[in-house]
Amino acid sequence: MKILVCITHVPDTTTKIKFTPDNKQLDKNGVQFVIGPYDDYALSRAIDLKNELGASVTILNVGTAETEPTIRKALALGADDAIRIDAEPTDSYFVAQQIAAVAKQNNYDLILMGRESIDFNGGVVHGIVGEMLGIPALSPVMKLDIEGNVAKMAREIEGGKEYLEAELPLVLGCQEPIAEWKIPNMRGIMSARTKPLQVLPPFAEDVLTETDSFELPPPRKECKLIDPDNVEELIDLLQNEAKVL
Amino acid sequence: METVANKNLIKGGEFLIKDVTPEEIFTPEEFTEEQRMLIQACKDFLEKEVYPKVEELDEAKDTSLMVSLLDKAGELGLLGAGVPEEYGGMGMDFNSTMLITEYLGAGHSFAVAFSAHTGIGTLPIQYYGNEEQKKKYLPKLASGEWKAAYCLTEPDSGSDANSGKTKATLSEDGKYYIINGQKMWITNGGFADVYIVFAKIDDDKNLSAFIVEKDFGGITMNPPEKKMGIKGSDTRQIFFNDCKVPVENLLSERENGFKIAVNILNIGRIKLAAAAIGASKAALSHAIRYANERKQFGRPISSFGAIKHKIAESAVKIFASEAATYRAGQNIEDAIKMYKEAGMSDSEAKLESLKQFAIECAMMKVHGSEVLDYVVDEAVQIYGGMGYSAESPVERAYRDARINRIFEGTNEINRLLTVDMILRRAMKGELDVMGPAMAVAKELMAIPDFGAEADTSLFAAELKAVKNFKKAILMVAGAAAQKLGKGLGEEQEIIMNVADMLIETYVTESVLLRVLKMAQKQGEEATALYQDLARVYLYDAVDVIQKAAREAITAFAEGDELRVMLLGLKRFTKLEPFNVKAARRRIADYLIEKNEYAF
Ligand SMILES: Cc1cc2nc3c(=O)[nH]c(=O)nc-3n(C[C@H](O)[C@H](O)[C@H](O)COP(=O)(O)OP(=O)(O)OC[C@H]3O[C@@H](n4cnc5c(N)ncnc54)[C@H](O)[C@@H]3O)c2cc1C
Ligand SMILES: Cc1cc2nc3c(=O)[nH]c(=O)nc-3n(C[C@H](O)[C@H](O)[C@H](O)COP(=O)(O)OP(=O)(O)OC[C@H]3O[C@@H](n4cnc5c(N)ncnc54)[C@H](O)[C@@H]3O)c2cc1C
Repeated sequence: MKILVCITHVPDTTTKIKFTPDNKQLDKNGVQFVIGPYDDYALSRAIDLKNELGASVTILNVGTAETEPTIRKALALGADDAIRIDAEPTDSYFVAQQIAAVAKQNNYDLILMGRESIDFNGGVVHGIVGEMLGIPALSPVMKLDIEGNVAKMAREIEGGKEYLEAELPLVLGCQEPIAEWKIPNMRGIMSARTKPLQVLPPFAEDVLTETDSFELPPPRKECKLIDPDNVEELIDLLQNEAKVL
Repeated sequence: METVANKNLIKGGEFLIKDVTPEEIFTPEEFTEEQRMLIQACKDFLEKEVYPKVEELDEAKDTSLMVSLLDKAGELGLLGAGVPEEYGGMGMDFNSTMLITEYLGAGHSFAVAFSAHTGIGTLPIQYYGNEEQKKKYLPKLASGEWKAAYCLTEPDSGSDANSGKTKATLSEDGKYYIINGQKMWITNGGFADVYIVFAKIDDDKNLSAFIVEKDFGGITMNPPEKKMGIKGSDTRQIFFNDCKVPVENLLSERENGFKIAVNILNIGRIKLAAAAIGASKAALSHAIRYANERKQFGRPISSFGAIKHKIAESAVKIFASEAATYRAGQNIEDAIKMYKEAGMSDSEAKLESLKQFAIECAMMKVHGSEVLDYVVDEAVQIYGGMGYSAESPVERAYRDARINRIFEGTNEINRLLTVDMILRRAMKGELDVMGPAMAVAKELMAIPDFGAEADTSLFAAELKAVKNFKKAILMVAGAAAQKLGKGLGEEQEIIMNVADMLIETYVTESVLLRVLKMAQKQGEEATALYQDLARVYLYDAVDVIQKAAREAITAFAEGDELRVMLLGLKRFTKLEPFNVKAARRRIADYLIEKNEYAF
């Protein structure tokens, strides 16, 4: 079985986000980058499947050379090899095009992604890739087992869970608890550098969107604490200051 | 040995008489991508496995939780990082194993169990075991299948480690050593499968070391000690009653045990410095985050100058301690490589290198553990009343930190050793202090040289100050040794003074060189804040050095001699004025913005 895991290279979730002075780009100064948390779950499940079924796991990232430490980390976690499409991932459609092109050449049984990136949170790349390849795309998948040629999955839906089966090949957007996140072991870290990482030029250059500017959410307002005994003050503030009563 | 010594290798203790350039030292900025991954893996391990359970660990009724954590560390290969590959380990280089120790060092009780297992527990076999012993034990210790403990201390034998009463006698059939005695304060004692036990064979003067398996029989133990901190670390008294140890389990040679104990402690000491740095960074990050969240008088307390001072001062000390620790770590690494090239085996080369840098190991043990105590103390202070609450993370950090000044040789013993080793090497001619000391004596009598044009390049003045600190040390130590001779041994206060001067000088030089190296690569402007870190350290250090030197000189000199030396000291500790308050503010403001220790 051949698995492709698509990973993003995103700012650590605790990073304070700032933009460049023109508000068009993320200010990367001092920002620590990690594998997208949802992608990390996808990768963890892929590694488990590798151990259970003997699958091969290939990492794919669309990004510039600065993403390589993140790719190496994925290799340290146990993936066999990696492909980097050497381009800025300028929008979801562009990224999907690259992934689809790689997939067409390699016949993967499973293409695992995160349910969404955590920088731009589109949640659409898996759908577009499924469409481009003409295979089913499902998300968010929280449970995945493979029996022969069939994937058995659980998906979170509004107000409940959905259990479903589908034949491979598939594109899946994953989220926890599909697998436990992993820490690379020492052997993995030491062998990551010698695993193959292929760098390919982009397959097509269709960028359909362009960013005008970014805006940070307004800073949170001061929170007032009122003594529980002082109900009158609370009512007064709600009436006269917040004007909600 | 000659061939090795001839090569241009930096020697242990040589910092005192040799000027070192930035190119000659390693800095933490140079860690590889692989090593950064290692750091992240250790942080992730604490985050995922240890932090959620620190409280449970401290309150645990049995050792199963600690054992399961060690097992998990074993699965990741963390326990075998420094063990050679042919014995089931990862064969990592020295500084990588230091990094692992540093980043796991923030793991409270777990960190101590980890260090005892991988350090004093495993290393005696790795370095001194014969082929059979290594084959038998190392793979199991590297994987964590077996856990190890180190039994040196006894109720009546602590700092005076060679005075232990535990006895080993050969059985009549000559097949066993029968061990009898009592050991105390044994980390991992309750669950270890293998004990490294130090005992005297018959009426030997010196200790011998044995590899003792839990199942050899005759081993009993008390319940765990109730401790101030690292409560989750299992510490016990262990009793050996006619414990039958096969003769092939003697480690190295008869009466070689004290040497083993001392050399293994060398490694333990520099690793303890690394662990202390890790714990310091974590405690400071907690304090910074709290200071940003906590409001009094309508502002976050991090906006108050007094709090900024604490944040900056903690950061300065951590950054400097780190610079010196990894500088020494790389010196050890380089020496290992060189000794190996000269034909030594892996373990011989490692031992020889650690012996070579034993002075630096002892100095960094003292420095690291004292920086940690400073940092956790100020962290509690920044938390205010919450810092005194058992619910805050810094309360635990404060209690857990304290042990570091006591074990692996108390800080007093390590200060004594630092000076003792320097004097011994000087006496043996291994460290050529005579020439430089004479030059200082001459300089004292000469008229100060005001004529020389000042070098205005980055840190030229600061490094000149360090050069002068070294002169001050040579002046004080030289005069003390000359005046007091063998009597110096009874004047420990003076030895402590000299040790402080040595430590502060080594660390100051290291932090200056670290930042100079950064500036050479990234430019002076980009490293302005780092220059602040180094300068503040220098200005802190000069006070310590001045005070220590003055106390020492006045203790053994008088009259003209005293006056000349005090004048010399003034000259050797002269610095241009520098606004440390402003520098500390810049440092603190940056960290407050980052919301964590971020250097
Ligand atoms: C330097 C930089 C500049 C950018 N500029 C823009 C911009 O100008 N406008 C804009 O709209 N977006 C921009 N992006 C965001 C980037 O386009 C998105 O990360 C990417 O398009 C995915 O979009 P998404 O959020 O819809 O992904 P989602 O659909 O939320 O992602 C789902 C899954 O798709 C996979 N995936 C997503 N991206 C990649 C990738 N690059 N490589 C491999 N797998 C991937 C992952 O598995 C992910 O979990 C920029 C990103 C970077 C790093
Ligand atoms: C939690 C914990 C874990 C430990 N783990 C281990 C372990 O795993 N294995 C092991 O073998 N040991 C272990 N120890 C023992 C530890 O190494 C000793 O406690 C330490 O060496 C000090 O010995 P001592 O307690 O007998 O103190 P003492 O030697 O009695 O020292 C008391 C004081 O006197 C000072 N002092 C002693 N001699 C001199 C001198 N010559 N000059 C000046 N001052 C002096 C000391 O610096 C100290 O301040 C552990 C201890 C603790 C508390």
